[in-house]
Amino acid sequence: MRSSDNNVLLSVRGLVKQFATKSGPVKAVDGVSFEVGRGQILGIVGESGSGKTTAGRAVLRLVEPTSGEAVFDGVDLFGLSEKELRPYRRRMQIIFQDPYSSLNPRMRVGDIIGEAIDTHGLAKGAARRVRIEELLARVGLSAEHARRYPNEFSGGQRQRIGIARALAVEPELIIADEPVSALDVSVQSQVLNLIQELQRELGLTMVFISHDLTVVEYLCDEIVVLYLGRVMEKGPSRAVHAAPRHPYTRALLATAPIPDPTVKRERVILQGDIPSPLDPPSGCVFRTRCPHATEACAKVVPPAEEVGPGHSVACIRHAELFS
Amino acid sequence: MAHSAAVPVRPEAAMLADDVMLKADDLQTHFIMGSRAAKSVDGVSLTVRRGETLAVVGESGSGKSVTSLSIMRLLAHPGRIVGGRILYRLRDGTVVDLATTGQKLMRSIRGREIAMIFQEPMTSLNPLFTVGDQIMEMVRLHEPVSRNEARARALEMLELVEIPAAAKRLDQYPHEMSGGMRQRVMIALALACRPALLIADEPTTALDVTIQAQILDLMRRLQREIGMSILFVTHNLGVVAEIAHEVAVMYAGRVVEQASVTDLFARPKHPYTKGLLACIPDPKRDRATDGSRRMLDPIPGSVPSIMALPRGCSFAPRCPLVEPACEAEPPVLERAGVNHLTRCRRHELL
Repeated sequence: MRSSDNNVLLSVRGLVKQFATKSGPVKAVDGVSFEVGRGQILGIVGESGSGKTTAGRAVLRLVEPTSGEAVFDGVDLFGLSEKELRPYRRRMQIIFQDPYSSLNPRMRVGDIIGEAIDTHGLAKGAARRVRIEELLARVGLSAEHARRYPNEFSGGQRQRIGIARALAVEPELIIADEPVSALDVSVQSQVLNLIQELQRELGLTMVFISHDLTVVEYLCDEIVVLYLGRVMEKGPSRAVHAAPRHPYTRALLATAPIPDPTVKRERVILQGDIPSPLDPPSGCVFRTRCPHATEACAKVVPPAEEVGPGHSVACIRHAELFS
Repeated sequence: MAHSAAVPVRPEAAMLADDVMLKADDLQTHFIMGSRAAKSVDGVSLTVRRGETLAVVGESGSGKSVTSLSIMRLLAHPGRIVGGRILYRLRDGTVVDLATTGQKLMRSIRGREIAMIFQEPMTSLNPLFTVGDQIMEMVRLHEPVSRNEARARALEMLELVEIPAAAKRLDQYPHEMSGGMRQRVMIALALACRPALLIADEPTTALDVTIQAQILDLMRRLQREIGMSILFVTHNLGVVAEIAHEVAVMYAGRVVEQASVTDLFARPKHPYTKGLLACIPDPKRDRATDGSRRMLDPIPGSVPSIMALPRGCSFAPRCPLVEPACEAEPPVLERAGVNHLTRCRRHELL
């Protein structure tokens, strides 16, 4: 996919987000690039410190990016003033992990959804009420739920309310940050189905951020694997799953617990901890835990190399190891 | 209680088969608030065998954590064991009922006979003391050893749980360590007095997957080497498949199914277990050959509140097999195969 391609809704290039901390600057996101096609779900997967949440927020400018660009429908969002950005805010929405803290407990559900409609002046009076009812129905809730408060709902229902609020402004892009991680397993699957319905029926484009590779592989069309702020591997989710070319992706796949006791898998247990982003390793950031690391890995930051259609990997040894 | 007055009272040892470490029998733990009681654990029976791992799996509100806290007798007010027995075999062979054991004996059991680890290591580690001091304190509480001997044991424990540069770590404080390291320290602390049973309550839930894999691997190795039994509480069926020998599935305060791990995953005999397995994405099952996705098969509705449980089977409102009898009265545990129990009157349909 090229960014000039009309099928690309969002193209992020060289995204860097640096935070100033007491111990010095931290690059939470260090040169991340990806593209999201219209109507597609892109999954960003990574462990803690991978920068996945920061990347999502920087794209929406909920945190100000340090450098890079995010071209949304042909316009670089990072080059816009706050005022110029406003119309784009309506077209891009975010869904948060914790459905308990992300809904105002003092507002009725109808007003939580209505507030988004009012902010962008999308409907008034009876039309507004009808719209709220439509949105509740769309996420599997009923019209009478509009009069209730968030604390009267279960976690799964609250996440549906969060989704209805995001949908209220008819966005083209939704960034969902771990939207099912806080939910019980039986409820998770309901929300994953809802997301798929929204993709199919509304043609929504989504960036789905998660630590759970199983969920990402299932739900997403494309996958970006992050580690310590950098992209290790990206590509169509089936290709990444079937033929992972980065040692980190392979380790993630090998360690994700599979609910089948008869599966005998290659045990790739990574040694050690994720290094501190304050002091990332030189060269390849993964090399301190990589079972295949050599001296050369410490010297250069591995460039992304194409290994298949839309499939790239940042590892200098991938060809000799996994071809 | 399960046994009637007509049954002669026998020594408790006779009720525990030789290969059984712990047997909970019709355990009832309630949280009493005024005139209302939340029946968090409502008649739980389960068995942990010597040298094996029993996984207790359930969603929020299933009572899985309250069950483990009941065994350790660490219930916070107003939680109380109001019925049932928890038979446990001590090192010297005597069998005690932990449900009624006095606090003094309980204190000598905790740490020495049964140890517990939690999801968040910082709830069990004291931030003001070095990890070495904390392990030494544990050892000296239960064994008549000198400071030097205790320190040697602490070092040995940190090495056992594969903490790099263990001698240096001994003098560090918990906050100087990563989450995975703290979880290792907590395991070292728990195993310092070589307990026969380790209760692990969601020990890997807060960890990244690559670190979770390390900890699960460590627990399996320690079990092999030390021969301890493990009661592993988790919500994650993937983790269950990796660590358990036996599994008890809990729902709304009850065990709804218990079986060996292979049996449970291959032939679930409760609609809830079957539903849970269908909820988890499986790329092999859920992707057609052309790459298109199949929708998941969710369990409708949500987990009921223990303050408002249905009269009959708690799962009936969400169950695809429900019939009027299910709503009339709660099902009993039925045999659905060799060592396979289910609390479903319609299990033959599965």
